[in-house]
Amino acid sequence: MSTVSITLGEVAASLALIVVAIAVSFWRRAELEQDIAVAVVRSFLQLTAVGYVIQAIFDADSDWLVVALLAGMVGFGTWTARGRAKAVPGATGPILLALALAATVTLGLVLILGVFEPEPRYLVPVGGMVIGNSMTAVAVALNRLADEMHDGRRQIEAMLALGATSFQAARGTLARSLRSGMIPLVDSTKTTGIVFFPGTMVGMLIAGAEPVDAVRLQLVLLWVLLGAVALAGLIAISLGYRGFFTDAHQLREL
Amino acid sequence: MSIPRGSTALLGPSGSGKSTLLRLLNRLADPDEGTVRFHGTDVRALDPLELRRRVGLVPQLPAPVPGTVRENVLFGPRLEGNEVDPERPVELAGLDQSFLDRDASRLSVGEQQRVMLARALALEPEVLLLDEPTASLDAAATEAVEHALRNLRDVSLVLVTHDSQQAERLTDRTIRLRDGRVTE
Repeated sequence: MSTVSITLGEVAASLALIVVAIAVSFWRRAELEQDIAVAVVRSFLQLTAVGYVIQAIFDADSDWLVVALLAGMVGFGTWTARGRAKAVPGATGPILLALALAATVTLGLVLILGVFEPEPRYLVPVGGMVIGNSMTAVAVALNRLADEMHDGRRQIEAMLALGATSFQAARGTLARSLRSGMIPLVDSTKTTGIVFFPGTMVGMLIAGAEPVDAVRLQLVLLWVLLGAVALAGLIAISLGYRGFFTDAHQLREL
Repeated sequence: MSIPRGSTALLGPSGSGKSTLLRLLNRLADPDEGTVRFHGTDVRALDPLELRRRVGLVPQLPAPVPGTVRENVLFGPRLEGNEVDPERPVELAGLDQSFLDRDASRLSVGEQQRVMLARALALEPEVLLLDEPTASLDAAATEAVEHALRNLRDVSLVLVTHDSQQAERLTDRTIRLRDGRVTE
């Protein structure tokens, strides 16, 4: 595989576009100048740091380090998603399980099917994408769940009053929450290649890969992500809704 | 306090704890202290789903499930895998059979409230809990709901209301509540 190398000077040159962004913000009073500056500094520091971490893991070629890094991502992803789904009581466990299982099952499947070699070079970036996309989907789905449980309280309690179990009363809500978690990725998968080129493909093309290879790898990743997001959403929703109910099929006072 | 068979009104101003009390009776909520008994058994010892089928509830505001009146009436029995004849409960609730195939969400509030009544009756409960069932209805719709309730047989009623005249019209005895306490 061919490689590209980019000097720090070339990276610095791309700051010209940041100057444009700040100028636009200042001129039209969007008041984002400070945020843009913070974003630039943070992206530089975070990506540089993670670059060294990944380099070290590739050099060490240790499965345990890969697992530890992915576990760290699951932990950070759980914390982030938890912050966005504050209105779901006791959501930490469901989110943690959702991200951990989605990562384990999808990475396990692509390894068993022989799509990727069990090497850090594949596992780290693919694991990162799986966990990151699952995190977003879980946060969106749980957020929707909390909104619906709040707005639909009367309807749900009316179903409970007819002898419905918590699950039966929440079934429609769960379906809509799962759907809202998955739809962004489904839609972007539908339009991929027309409206935008996904990052992996762009990266491979710039790095000098054959377009056909770039496309195939991108397809694998998109399809793997769809599976991961479905699984993560299902687990988070199926476990998360229980926090709204008691064991006696009552709505909890929140 | 005990509520005998027959029809009983729980009368009190808003905020006196009537609705909360009603929700304790079918265990949609549990009391902080004290015990609720049904036929002498602590309700916490009963299967809550079975209890709610025997002690039905008509909520203060209609909350139909999406779909037709028929689907609403069959909702409760179908949870247990039972198919019942939807015509009888609809008739008991004072609705015409032609309502069965209409979209429940497009009916008037008064009609929807009778769908709620039919839906509760489809489970053939021993007791029907009514939480201010006419609070959101106009005079004509109130009369239609009250007419249906007066004609019910073989089911005990527990009516929560702030309207002492309605209590008198619909029930044999009245329990007055104030600030969460029984006053007489």
